[in-house]
Amino acid sequence: MLNIKNLHVSLEEEDKQILKGVDLTVEAGKVHAIMGPNGSGKSTLSYVLSGKDGYEVTEGSAELLGEDLLDIDPEERAALGLFLAFQYPVEIPGVGNMTFLRTAVNSQRKARGEDEMSATEFLKVVRERAKSLKIDADMLKRPVNVGFSGGEKKRNEILQMAMLEPKMCILDETDSGLDVDAMKLVAEGVNALRSEGRGFLVITHYQRLLDHIKPDVVHIMANGRIVKTGGPELALEVEQNGYADILAEVA
Amino acid sequence: MSALQAKIDATEERVAAHDMPQGGWSMAARNEALARLRSMGLPSRRDEYWKYTRPDTLTQVGATNAAVLATDEAPVFGEIDTLQIVFVDGVFDEAASADLTLEGITIERLAAANADIHWAKGLYGALETNGQTPVERPLATLNTAFATDGVLLHITGKPSKPIHLIYRHVSNASDAILHHVIKVDADAEVTVLENGPAAARFNECMEVDIADGAKFHHVRAQGRDHERRAATHIFARLGTESTFKSFTLTANGVMTRNECVIELTGDDAHATIAGASLGDGDFHHDDTVFITHDAVNCESRQVFKKVLRNGATGVFQGKILVKAGAQKTDGYQISQSLLLDEDSQFLAKPELEIYADDVACSHGSTSGAIDEDALFYLRSRGVPHGEATDMLTLSFLAEAVEEIENEAIAEEINERLAAWLARRRS
Repeated sequence: MLNIKNLHVSLEEEDKQILKGVDLTVEAGKVHAIMGPNGSGKSTLSYVLSGKDGYEVTEGSAELLGEDLLDIDPEERAALGLFLAFQYPVEIPGVGNMTFLRTAVNSQRKARGEDEMSATEFLKVVRERAKSLKIDADMLKRPVNVGFSGGEKKRNEILQMAMLEPKMCILDETDSGLDVDAMKLVAEGVNALRSEGRGFLVITHYQRLLDHIKPDVVHIMANGRIVKTGGPELALEVEQNGYADILAEVA
Repeated sequence: MSALQAKIDATEERVAAHDMPQGGWSMAARNEALARLRSMGLPSRRDEYWKYTRPDTLTQVGATNAAVLATDEAPVFGEIDTLQIVFVDGVFDEAASADLTLEGITIERLAAANADIHWAKGLYGALETNGQTPVERPLATLNTAFATDGVLLHITGKPSKPIHLIYRHVSNASDAILHHVIKVDADAEVTVLENGPAAARFNECMEVDIADGAKFHHVRAQGRDHERRAATHIFARLGTESTFKSFTLTANGVMTRNECVIELTGDDAHATIAGASLGDGDFHHDDTVFITHDAVNCESRQVFKKVLRNGATGVFQGKILVKAGAQKTDGYQISQSLLLDEDSQFLAKPELEIYADDVACSHGSTSGAIDEDALFYLRSRGVPHGEATDMLTLSFLAEAVEEIENEAIAEEINERLAAWLARRRS
């Protein structure tokens, strides 16, 4: 599904290297987690994959379903099936949440040469999926993320994911700023989307999200590289001993 | 030659180029306006009030040629049932206009109302004269003196549909001066729509007298003929518990100066003046507003949004004057520009002058670019760059469009804005 090879990335503005050779393969149907201390490059990886400006790829490659991701625009990556759930979802005053969702869904369909979803069909589907995430009609009507609480913003991200039905989902610290109940709700939303044909990359600081979204593979990232890979037990190890031991071990 | 002499000469030269319509009730006001014009002189670029906008093409003798836009676009407000009054290059087109009768309103034309006694006599040029202090507006005075036509609307009830002034531009060199007088009786209510480029050069003056409890709604689209020039003035006087709401859409036009002078004279009155303008390239758009609060517990709102690209210029000069005794005034003023490139500029001069001690006045003025984070967010969801930029641009303009009370009309305006943006995407 997602193949990242020897990825090196620098900041465009300053000559600072953030990713220093990341190798990662996420298979369809699997959930991979990336854990790591602050500043290890986890969020940079998610931004580079989704196409945010300001980063320069100096070496390596990233492919989704065999297509070179790094060479195409963010909207093309989305149409190809990539989805990033933002750590800090952006507020967009003046754009209704529903309008935004429908434009996004139909833009992707159009880009893939599929028929657009009719207004009635869309409304039916969005209501049903919003309900399971406890997103009410008012939240759908309001401008995108404006005045949403931290939990509402994250649920709104998962709703977008549910509507866009991506093939490869990256969740960037989706647990940050969430209380336990909100985290459960978000995790349930994510789990409902787990399927044979879909890959997940869950980026998180803490193990607790992984109690709810059970990963198949756990990677530890530090200093711009994946330094250790293992099963779910690796996350528990981090939870108990912190990163220091692992980092010392691989150093 | 002194600057003063130059100004006098320029004014006399312009005056000599016009014939004053003769006869009827408006003669006294016209002659008096001519005398006032001669004493104040036409604006020049040395005048403080014209610091950001060069008046030459508006004051010179004759209009600069302006190509007529060939478009198959449906006219604005085409979906709305209105009473249409058509002026072609400033000349009334009877065949294209509707029958000028409607319940709750009397509609006459300035050029056709020649009696010596008329209800408009007390208003024609009167609100304009009133609006000359503290800042002179000579182009409006020129209009009062030489206007060739216009409508005289006396609203006594609640007409069932909007009065719709349609301005067509068919001649490259047309130079039109229209003057409208609108009197809204107590508790009456009317909507006036205007659209079209009017002429190569258009000087418009609208005097609106809104009696106690009356409501006046005004929505205008200034036409897409790019080379046209316009100087417009609205002078409004509001009585107790009355409402004035005006919105202007300006897309294209090399030179537009829209002035609005509003005086809140009765308690508990509400005035809103809003505008959305879109400029691409050789485009200069100036909103100049002066609101006087002279009564208790009145509210005024100024909401102006400009989208500028390829070197376009936007200007906003807005002032709120709160007179002594105008307590509980609520004045709001916002002027913002979205600069789509580094060549475009927005010049803003917001002013507050307050002599009462129990008022709430806020003002803000900003210039900014498209929010890159929001743009990336939309694109990451699959919305293409152009469409995402348009969505954010429309959301920027939304605050101004939302000032329009009628939803169907607001929707028409939004569609125009979206179409204008979409045309520039390809």
